[in-house]
Amino acid sequence: MTYQHIGKDFTPPDIFGKVTGKAKYAEDFTADGMCYARLLVSPMPHARVKKLDLKAALAMDGVFGVLTADNLPPVEAPNGGILTNEPVFIGDPILAVAAVDEKTAEDAISRIDIELEPLPFTVNPTDSLRPAGPNAREEGNIYAGSPPQVGELHWRQDEVERFLAGGQPSAEAPIEWQYGDLEASFDNAAVILTESFVTTGYAHMSMEPRSVMSYWENGKCFVYGSTQSQSFIIPFLAPMVGVAPENLVYVSEYCGGGFGSKIFPYPIMALPAHFAKKLGRPVMLRITREEEYYIGSARVGFQGWIKAGFAADGRVSAVDLYIVQDLGPKRAGGDASSAGGAVSILYQPEALRLRSVPVLTNTTPRGAQRGPGQNQIAAIFEPMMDKAAQELGLDRVAIRRINAPDSNAKLNADQGPVTSAHMAEALDLGAKRWNWAEKAKRSGRRKGSKVTGIGIGQGYHAAGTSGFDGLVRITPDGKIHLHSGVGNLGTYSYASTTRAAAEALKCDWSQCEIVHGRSAAHLPWSSYQAGSVTIFTHTRANHVAALDAVAKLKEVAAAALGGQAGDYDIDGQRVFHRNRASRALSYGEAAAKAIEMGGKYSGDEVPEDIHDVTKRAVAGIAGTGLVGVAKDSLPMRGTVPGFAIGFVEIELDVETGKHEIIDYLAVGECGTVVHPLGLANQLRGGGVWGFGMATTERHVYDPQNGLPANVGFYQCKPPTYLDVPSNMDWAAADIPDPDNPVGARGIGEPAMGCAVAAVMCALSDALGGHLFNRTPVTPDVILSHIAGLPPTSGPLAINTF
Amino acid sequence: MNVKLNRRRFIKGVIASGIAAGTIGHGNAAAGGARPAEAVDRLLSLNINGRTRRVDVLPQETLAHTLRYKLGLTGTKLGCNRGECGACTVLIDDVPHYACSMLTHNARGKTVLTVEGLQQADGTLHPVQQAFVDELAPQCGFCTPGQIMATVGLLRVNPKPTREQARHSLSGNLCRCGAYDHYLNAVMRASGQAT
Ligand code: FES
Ligand code: FES
Repeated sequence: MTYQHIGKDFTPPDIFGKVTGKAKYAEDFTADGMCYARLLVSPMPHARVKKLDLKAALAMDGVFGVLTADNLPPVEAPNGGILTNEPVFIGDPILAVAAVDEKTAEDAISRIDIELEPLPFTVNPTDSLRPAGPNAREEGNIYAGSPPQVGELHWRQDEVERFLAGGQPSAEAPIEWQYGDLEASFDNAAVILTESFVTTGYAHMSMEPRSVMSYWENGKCFVYGSTQSQSFIIPFLAPMVGVAPENLVYVSEYCGGGFGSKIFPYPIMALPAHFAKKLGRPVMLRITREEEYYIGSARVGFQGWIKAGFAADGRVSAVDLYIVQDLGPKRAGGDASSAGGAVSILYQPEALRLRSVPVLTNTTPRGAQRGPGQNQIAAIFEPMMDKAAQELGLDRVAIRRINAPDSNAKLNADQGPVTSAHMAEALDLGAKRWNWAEKAKRSGRRKGSKVTGIGIGQGYHAAGTSGFDGLVRITPDGKIHLHSGVGNLGTYSYASTTRAAAEALKCDWSQCEIVHGRSAAHLPWSSYQAGSVTIFTHTRANHVAALDAVAKLKEVAAAALGGQAGDYDIDGQRVFHRNRASRALSYGEAAAKAIEMGGKYSGDEVPEDIHDVTKRAVAGIAGTGLVGVAKDSLPMRGTVPGFAIGFVEIELDVETGKHEIIDYLAVGECGTVVHPLGLANQLRGGGVWGFGMATTERHVYDPQNGLPANVGFYQCKPPTYLDVPSNMDWAAADIPDPDNPVGARGIGEPAMGCAVAAVMCALSDALGGHLFNRTPVTPDVILSHIAGLPPTSGPLAINTF
Repeated sequence: MNVKLNRRRFIKGVIASGIAAGTIGHGNAAAGGARPAEAVDRLLSLNINGRTRRVDVLPQETLAHTLRYKLGLTGTKLGCNRGECGACTVLIDDVPHYACSMLTHNARGKTVLTVEGLQQADGTLHPVQQAFVDELAPQCGFCTPGQIMATVGLLRVNPKPTREQARHSLSGNLCRCGAYDHYLNAVMRASGQAT
């Protein structure tokens, strides 16, 4: 298929703000009379506020007020409240002070007399599961059930010891699903591998701390925030700040990174709005890097056990997976099921069982982080594929190809279908481009103290959904306004998805203007910007809106020039009669005629099935042009899979335990390439995230006091320029998906999963196939293994080292 | 905060004090509000982006604070405010500095160049900015002003760096989005070495 816009690079308009410094992130806004809030956060991992005396603080010059949990609507545990009287982690916000400046607010905080009663706490899920283990919350220590709620679960001591020793877990797991005959499928296996593993949680550490500014004006609440999503935020944030959705003005034109931590509005986002209402003036809450560590979310940790069976031909026959999840103290926890889902699709086992125990701990709250669950299990399962290949005498690419999902693949407990899948083609493409056959020969090659490791890894995430709205508008000046409710999270998908509308309208890109970033700009209802869904979901929504505009252009032309709508066609920003080319209207002329005709043509009437957010957006632009608006109800015949494959070469120094990544290639299997440079940046950026997860990033807590040891960038260790190769190659299978009008599927999350897996495999490869079964693999872990010493940390140690 | 002291609280306090040293208040001048009684005002003349700017500066005020909250130059970002990320990078006499870790008073008599000072008056982008656009270098863009200023600083002393030299020169600028490869492509393009 030849496209005018799809598959071509373009310059997204927001990039000029990014390179000139004109881009305004939440903290860059000011408003007349704005005051500044600071937080008092918990110094204890679990406590109860016993006494609070605010008098001295409130008496200070320049202090405007204090907000506590008692001033805010109550929140049911374990949902995150804005402020709390029972903090459940160090850094949990207890109260806020607003003052003329931050220093005065901080001085006021130092004068608050607060007494906290310490409560039991835990930073290790398996400690909490012990017979008399501490509960992270007064209400209990697990979060499970349907619907999930806080409950209490403690194992017998022997069950805990058995699990920690790597034995087959027998203890109760509140979450369980299965398909196929597990026993029979293991009986058919030629090789069975049994491993215990741990993947440590770690902070998102988005570059922009999540500052927020709010004020009220004429009954409307204005919030300047930082979120991945835009329109999707409105119906969730409105009740949090206590306003009707139509009276919430939400601005998030730029978001300095989210990676899953800013999909939805987060509790602290609502604080300035409540404070501003109380004080009658704008409030800015600027978040520090340390506070961002506390409230900026983190990946769910896994302590687990896995048994995998492989048939003699290399097929994965059965997988039994048991995962204790470290959820932090609040609501979280789909990671384990997602891990099971990823195994089910990537390897197509005949039978699979997932059991999971979601445990609460007094560490920072967790949430979705780039490939939540899928990427933890990629780090563990892919090296096991290598081990099975070794035992079966198979090449490592070959064993993945044998199991590669195609368009008949099935996944999850219900063994549902996919829209399409082409992993065999993607593996072939990657192996050829990376010259696998030659490079694989370098495995274990020794140069002084350095050993070469070669790795391949695969990543998966569901990558698309449906049912959202598109909105386009043609104005009498001939401009085509592409209204995008998609958030600006750094992927440029708010812009690249509108290219599908331009494609259907057969118009010049120079005639298009993208409208986005502020709810007041009349933006349609959008999906969340997460889960790799946007490119699939919103190329569809833009496509159907553009088709609606095209149909209206033809009807308007027929009304103006005679004949039937079906007699007309479009091209070059004109709608013209197929047989009499002189009968034509420019898009601008058709827009003027649409305004004259009114009704559905000018947006004065709207389809019933579109979302209220879209209806309000259309009402705001009605009468200004020809309006194309529609809900996406195109067929979607299964899960939309996004896949990626990483190839990596490392040199591991066996004297220092450090490694260097020499070469990296990421291959996307994500349907049609919509925006090549954007895809390249996601594949490479995902790679960098994978490198960090594999080898440097982790939570570290002091088990004695529950203190976090790494609240800054320096200690959290996200990769720097020097931790990644100076060239990172990419490629894409570029095979269209039939359920997307331009063939696209998403990629953001698998782009990371394949990289963490590839590095884990390369480390293992450099050391003769040893499975580390943990992330991150730090130099001390490597050195202990090389020296034949026991691991430096306890069995399945998580958060504590 | 006068929390009843116990051992845990004490340890926390010791740890937090190191962090507090890097934390600044902001907003008094921008908000037009009252000043803390102990503040000592100093009227400074600063050379910023080729213009002389007169500004009230407290003795403990960092350059990032002055730029962002007193002069409205919010292109200089604060990712950490403690010298860990480079989001606040500006050029002082052509040399990249972390503006969060430099007192404004120390910028007296020096030239300060921020990301806002690169574009020409007619809107033409600086070659480094243009290269960053052409390579679709930024993702979320929050680290971008710092990456650009570090690049401009590098090219002033080394107009044709190798990729390896560029990587080392920019290594004080974190990018959580992991756009490093695209940033390096942009450096090579800006220095006329695009392949
Ligand atoms: S904000 Fe200055 S180094 Fe991070
Ligand atoms: S582009 Fe997002 S932190 Fe660098």
